[in-house]
Amino acid sequence: MKALALHLALIAVLFALQFVLPPYHHTNIVRVMVLAVFAMGYNIAFGYTGLLSLGHALFFGAGMYTAGLLATGEGTALLALPAGVLAGGAAAFAVGLLALRTAGVSFMIVTLMFAQAGYLTVLYFGAFTGGDEGFVIPNAARALGPFDLSTDTPRYFAGLALFAVALLANLALVRSPIGRVMVAMRENEERSRMLGYNPFTVKLFALSVSGLYAGAAGAAYALMFGYVGASFAAIQYSILPLLWVLLGGAGTVLGPFVGALLMFYLIDLSSSVTTAHQMVVGVALLALVLFAPKGVLGALRDRGLKWLP
Amino acid sequence: MDFGPFLLLALMEGLVMAAVLALTAVGLSLVFGVMRVVNVAHGEFFMLGAVAAWFVTSAMPGPPAVGFVAALLVAPLLVGGIAALADRLVLKRLNYDPEATIVATIGLLYILQQAALTIYGPDARPVQAPFEWRIQFPWFGYSGYKLFVVFAAAAVLTAVWLFMTRSRIGLVMRATQIDRDMARAFGINVDRVYAGVFAMGAGLAAVAAVLIVPIQQAHYLMGGDPLLLSFIVVIIGGLGSLRGTLVAALLIGLSDGVISVFFSPTLAKIIATLFVALVLVFRPQGLFGAKQ
Amino acid sequence: MASVILFARALTRHFGGLKAVDGMDFDLAQGEIHALIGPNGAGKTTFVSLLSGRVPVQSGSITFNGLDITDLPAHARVARGIAYTFQITAIYARLPVYDNVALAVQRTGSTALRADTMAALARVGLQDRAAQEAGTLAYGHQRLLEIAMGLALKPRLLILDEPTQGLANSEIDGFKALVRSVVPETTVLLIEHNMDVVMDLAQRITVLNFGKLLAQGTPAEIRANAAVQAAYLGG
Repeated sequence: MKALALHLALIAVLFALQFVLPPYHHTNIVRVMVLAVFAMGYNIAFGYTGLLSLGHALFFGAGMYTAGLLATGEGTALLALPAGVLAGGAAAFAVGLLALRTAGVSFMIVTLMFAQAGYLTVLYFGAFTGGDEGFVIPNAARALGPFDLSTDTPRYFAGLALFAVALLANLALVRSPIGRVMVAMRENEERSRMLGYNPFTVKLFALSVSGLYAGAAGAAYALMFGYVGASFAAIQYSILPLLWVLLGGAGTVLGPFVGALLMFYLIDLSSSVTTAHQMVVGVALLALVLFAPKGVLGALRDRGLKWLP
Repeated sequence: MDFGPFLLLALMEGLVMAAVLALTAVGLSLVFGVMRVVNVAHGEFFMLGAVAAWFVTSAMPGPPAVGFVAALLVAPLLVGGIAALADRLVLKRLNYDPEATIVATIGLLYILQQAALTIYGPDARPVQAPFEWRIQFPWFGYSGYKLFVVFAAAAVLTAVWLFMTRSRIGLVMRATQIDRDMARAFGINVDRVYAGVFAMGAGLAAVAAVLIVPIQQAHYLMGGDPLLLSFIVVIIGGLGSLRGTLVAALLIGLSDGVISVFFSPTLAKIIATLFVALVLVFRPQGLFGAKQ
Repeated sequence: MASVILFARALTRHFGGLKAVDGMDFDLAQGEIHALIGPNGAGKTTFVSLLSGRVPVQSGSITFNGLDITDLPAHARVARGIAYTFQITAIYARLPVYDNVALAVQRTGSTALRADTMAALARVGLQDRAAQEAGTLAYGHQRLLEIAMGLALKPRLLILDEPTQGLANSEIDGFKALVRSVVPETTVLLIEHNMDVVMDLAQRITVLNFGKLLAQGTPAEIRANAAVQAAYLGG
């Protein structure tokens, strides 16, 4: 009960925030919420099931491009958003069928390679995808029914709704029997096998759900901010979710949001100081992996908040 | 130009690429073979070699050949030093855990890249070749320096092979590769071997970069392609197999060169990346590695 | 004669030059307690690993409940009713004791997860430690947790690999009672070095040596067998 209350409280706080935030931060928080959905998806694969993927940009990009192209073509976001979600899940499922035949370092490289191939394909078919420059989605196409996502208030609501659904679904999943199996697979795969669990199907399930989240985030990002570009399918967007999850706490439900929020503002702050602000990403990764692999909430959980899911 | 000469040109371009790629990939392969570490920042060591070459050649007075030779000496030493430091401060601390080191080297990648951006700037700058020599073929003219690159790379690779197989330090490295604990039991300072191997891997990438920088300009983002291609070469050739690396470098370099000339560089890269992924999935030992 | 629940024919597994299991024929009767003994390196763990699917068969066949399971992956064999407890404890050290057993109970399609899990824990006396992190249990309790997980799967065949290692005498008595309580619905195959346990519990004993079947019979027959005495019991 405590856990559910905490998560609902966060949603409530985010709901209230929109009335007090200045415009710049108002948009930023929407971005953070959408990226947090991406991070939560990554956490499901990495934090809970132990799959260190370096290819999630492919699933994010699949969602983004599917939604962007559909919205621009059909002129409505209503179809584009769910299509983007499914695209992300389908991409993850397809990659998983092949990549999950490997493990550990090989798995990392295989997922990286598939994501790179995806990114290069977007560039290669630049005539359709806009290549490196990308394309803008016309405002008219960014309407979810009566809600115009190009304006502040509907956008915030939509972002919050997506975040809330994703968060609560995540919470339910990790506390369910299936969630327990995913963790078991991470903790001791051999033991799980000998309890009758098929490692391949469990991991494929986790990766596919992770892809659904990533696709949802990509689609939402496209529709809410009106721009689709190849940079979102590049390697950066495979590394950022890893960083967000590590920072916030892998294997915790709120960790991805905390990590995304902290990192977003860290980069934001440092970009006003130097053009080499990506350095922050590198330093953060190194520092985390060397000194604090459990992240903020992971460390908190270890030191006493045992009930934190 | 007819097809035949065009193909010859493409193959020669591919050969130059293969030579540089072989050097870079051998560096990566050595590190994985001995230390079992996948260094994602390897491309940045390459980039640092090129950037260092620019600084050295700009600072050295006199004919360009003098600056170039100085760069060939200074760059690998400098980059190797940075690598050894990274090994001591970071990789050793992580006890060379496979997944943690990959994440750490990703962090290192960002740091090195952004440091280069700060110190060297965002522009691409050329470095003058040590000599100008145009070889005239019946169908086209070709840069003599490019041929020099091929020979130089071959020379360095031969030196590396001799070092690994004939020298005492090379023997120590190979012993550590085969059995780390046994090597330790024989009194070999494994930590020092690892630092040395990591430095050597980085140094080889730096040498490759110094060789290529008169042809291709020095830019802070130039590490991405060599990283991807070295990965491809090392995985297809079989992680840890030097011979496999060389054969794969030749294959990849030549075919990449040919496909790039006749079709598009992007398409060549797409094919290469997918090929690597499929090799890892279906034939993880690569073409030459031993089945584990 | 009771029906045969599992039989293996010409089962072979080599590791390079080492013939770990060399052409073994084996019959297991339904509902019996069957012990597998033999010197170290005789191939006992490899043999049961072949039966449970942890190690792939090189040649030969295994039939369980009338079905050829030779090529079936381990998790599928567990689904068909074979449970295996590890020789070196392989519990989920960082998870609570409750979760360890719950993972097994979840496999049985239980509709009362909490109740069934607590009942499974109670069978080995660990119900008061349900919230405790499994890795912090005493070694003996970890062995009991292993056994609880195996039992919670409600298997047809329970394979126990050196289950009493590290257990105190009182715990061994409890273990023996536990095993007697699960047969004959469950068949039990156990690898054991503790001869008292073997002679007391087992209805039939198979002796392995150098990957081959050396002798098979009732405890009395085995005790009297000269070849076994020479190889193993030391006269």
